[in-house]
Amino acid sequence: MTTQLLLSGNEAIALGALHAGCARGTGYPGTPSTEILEHYDRLGGAAEWAPNEKVAAEVALGVAFAGARAMVTMKHVGLNVAADVLFTCAYSGIQGALVFVVADDPGLASSQDEQDTRRYGLAAGVPVIEPSDSQESYDFTRLAFTLSARWKIPVILRMTTRVSHTTAIVQPSDKIEAPISPHFVRDIPGRVMIPGHARIKHRELRAKLRDIQDWCETEGPNQLLPGTPAMGIVSCGVASQHAREACPEASLLKLGMTYPLPFKLILGFLENKSQRFVVEENDPFLVEQIRAAGGDVPWNPEQYRMGELNVERVRRILKGDSTPEPVPARGRPPRLCNACPHGYVFDMLKKHDCIVAGDIGCYTLAALPPLSAMDSQICMGASIGVGLGLRHVLPEAEARRVVSVIGDSTFMHSGLTGVAEMVFNPPPTGHVLIVLDNLTTAMTGQQEHPATGRKLDHTPTTRILIEDVVKAMGVKTVLVLDPVRQLAELESAVMKALQSNDLTVIVARQPCLLAAGRIRSYEKSSPTNP
Amino acid sequence: MKTKKTTNIRITGLGGMGILKGSQILAEVLFQAGYDVKKAEVHGMSQRGGSVASDIRFGEKILSPMIPASETDFLLVVAPEEIEIHRGALRPGGILINAQSFDTVPLPNRKSLNIAMLGVLSRHLDIPVEAWQKVIRTVFPEKLQAVNLEAFETGRRLPQ
Ligand code: SF4
Repeated sequence: MTTQLLLSGNEAIALGALHAGCARGTGYPGTPSTEILEHYDRLGGAAEWAPNEKVAAEVALGVAFAGARAMVTMKHVGLNVAADVLFTCAYSGIQGALVFVVADDPGLASSQDEQDTRRYGLAAGVPVIEPSDSQESYDFTRLAFTLSARWKIPVILRMTTRVSHTTAIVQPSDKIEAPISPHFVRDIPGRVMIPGHARIKHRELRAKLRDIQDWCETEGPNQLLPGTPAMGIVSCGVASQHAREACPEASLLKLGMTYPLPFKLILGFLENKSQRFVVEENDPFLVEQIRAAGGDVPWNPEQYRMGELNVERVRRILKGDSTPEPVPARGRPPRLCNACPHGYVFDMLKKHDCIVAGDIGCYTLAALPPLSAMDSQICMGASIGVGLGLRHVLPEAEARRVVSVIGDSTFMHSGLTGVAEMVFNPPPTGHVLIVLDNLTTAMTGQQEHPATGRKLDHTPTTRILIEDVVKAMGVKTVLVLDPVRQLAELESAVMKALQSNDLTVIVARQPCLLAAGRIRSYEKSSPTNP
Repeated sequence: MKTKKTTNIRITGLGGMGILKGSQILAEVLFQAGYDVKKAEVHGMSQRGGSVASDIRFGEKILSPMIPASETDFLLVVAPEEIEIHRGALRPGGILINAQSFDTVPLPNRKSLNIAMLGVLSRHLDIPVEAWQKVIRTVFPEKLQAVNLEAFETGRRLPQ
C-alpha cells in the first residue's frame, strides 16, 4: 500500500489528476482554486495559466479532442466566463477525458458572489461530483476522469472553499494510470456544432445522462451512513461532515454525485422516515430537485443558503430554527499593504473626486474606508465597459470625472474587448483607462499572466506589452508611468486626459511589493523581453 | 496511549505572522503521531494583514473541519488584539496561550513567536519533543532551523 499523505483538498485534486493520467492542466487563478495547478506543476504535471477561464477550457477541450485527458481549474465565477465552452462541449462530447474543477465560495471568503455551480451542471447537462474532504478530493478526481472517459462527456468536480483549503489525510491508490498517447481521429459531425449536427448530439447527451443516472443509482459515489430509521438526512459535500457530527444518530445519505441525482435511491431512503432533512450549502439545489421528483423534503429557512454551514448551523437547521443567528465577530479586514503602489493612484483619484469604475484585484480594497476610492466592481474586465456606459449618459461635468481602473492580470483576462469597445464606440468626452500594472496577479498569490513574460512555472515566454497592445488597437495617447516615482506626472496626465475628448490609456507600472523580490530573481536567472 | 476524543486547537493572528506555518507544523506532528487530523483555514487575502485563523482538530476520527462554537481546547493567540474575537470559542476550562507571555522573554527572533507558542502548546500534548523537532527541521530551510528550534524550546520551558 502507498503511504498516507497530509494534503489540502486542492493538493489532493492535483495528485488525483496526475494518477488519472491527466496530460495537461489549464486554468486561471482564483481563490479558492489557485493551488490546484501550482501543486500539479510541482508534482511534475504539465500545467499552464491561460489568459482566462474560457481560453483555459478551450485548450483543455482541444487536449480532450486529441484523445488525451485534461483538467481545467477555476473559481465559481470563472465558469461564467467558460460557460460558453461548457454548454456546447456537453453536446460534442470529448475523446479522451475533460474535467472542469470549479471551486465555489459559500460565505464569500474572497469572491463577489455566492453562485452555486451545481446549477451549471443541471443547465448544461454535465455531471457534477462533490467531494467532502481531501480523501474524496483525490478519489473523486480520479472518478471524474473515469466517468468522463467512459461516457465521453465533460464532468464538473465541484469544490467549496472549506474542502479546497482543509488539510486532511489521503491514502492514494497504488493504481496509477499512464497518460494515453493522443492521436487525431476526425469526427466532423461530432465536433462541428452546426444545427444539423447539434440536434443529434443533444439527443445523445440526454441519453448519456440517463445512463449515468442509472449508474449513479447503484454504483455512484453515494454513501448510506446508518442511524435511527426515524430520521433521515440527505446531504453532500462538506455539509455532510457537519451533519454527521451535529447528529450522529440520524441516518445519513451522503451524495457524492449531485447531478444527475439518483432519485430512486433518495426516495427509497426517505420512505418511512418521519423526520426528513436536506443539509446543503449554497442554493436549495437538492431540495428543489428532490421535491420536483416527488420527495417530501422541507425547505430550510432562507438564511441557511447564505454563508458557510458549520456544526451549529446544521443543528439549527435540524431544529427548524429560523431565529436570527449570532453575528460572528469579524476580525480585521484585509487592506492594501503599506506603501502598495496602487495606493498612490487611488489617493490621487480621490483627491480629484474621480468617479472610478473599478475591477477585481488587490486594488478592489481601495473601495473600503479610509480610501473609499472605487465606485463599482462587478466582474473581471467590467471597469472598462461600465466606465464607458457612465460616460455615454452622465452630464458632461460628471462624465469628465469618470476613470476606469483595471489591473494587469485582469486586463489580459477580460480587458482587451473593453478596449476594443472604447475605440469602436468612444463617448463624446473620450475616456481614461488606468492599467495598474504590478507585474503579477497579486491578489491570488502572485501568479504569472501573459503580460509578465513568464509561464506558470516562472520560466520565460514572450511578454505581451500592454502599452503596445492598446496602441495597436487604436488608442492615440498611451503613457507608461511609475505611480510612485512619477506620481506628479501621472496626476497631470490624468488631469489633462479628463479635460480632453480623446481616449487615453495610462499604464501605471510598479511591481507589487510582495512580489518585487521574486520578480527580480526570475529576471536575473532569465531576463524576459523586452 | 492515544486519546480517542477529539481535541480542538485554534491558532489565530494577523497575516504575515506565520499562523499558517504554525498550523502546518502542528498538523504534521499530529499526523505523524498517528492521529486523524483536519486543519481548516480560509486564505485568500491573508498576506495583507487581515485576521487569519486556523482550526486544527485531531483524534480518532474527525468529521467537520471547523471547530464547533465553544469547543476549542487550546487557543493560541499570536496577535493579542485578536483575543476578543476568539475568546468565546474556548470551551469552559480551555487553555489560552497568549503572545503576551513572551513580552518579556527574549526570543532569538520575534518572527519565531508562532513557533515559541507551539512550544508552550507542546507541553499539553502527549507527543515526544523529538517529533516536534523533526517536523520543524523539515518545514524550515536550513538557515532558519536553529532559530526556530530555539524558539520552540523557549516556549516549552516557559514557566506556567
Ligand atoms: S500584495 Fe502587492 S498589490 Fe496587493 S496590496 Fe500588497 S503590495 Fe499591493
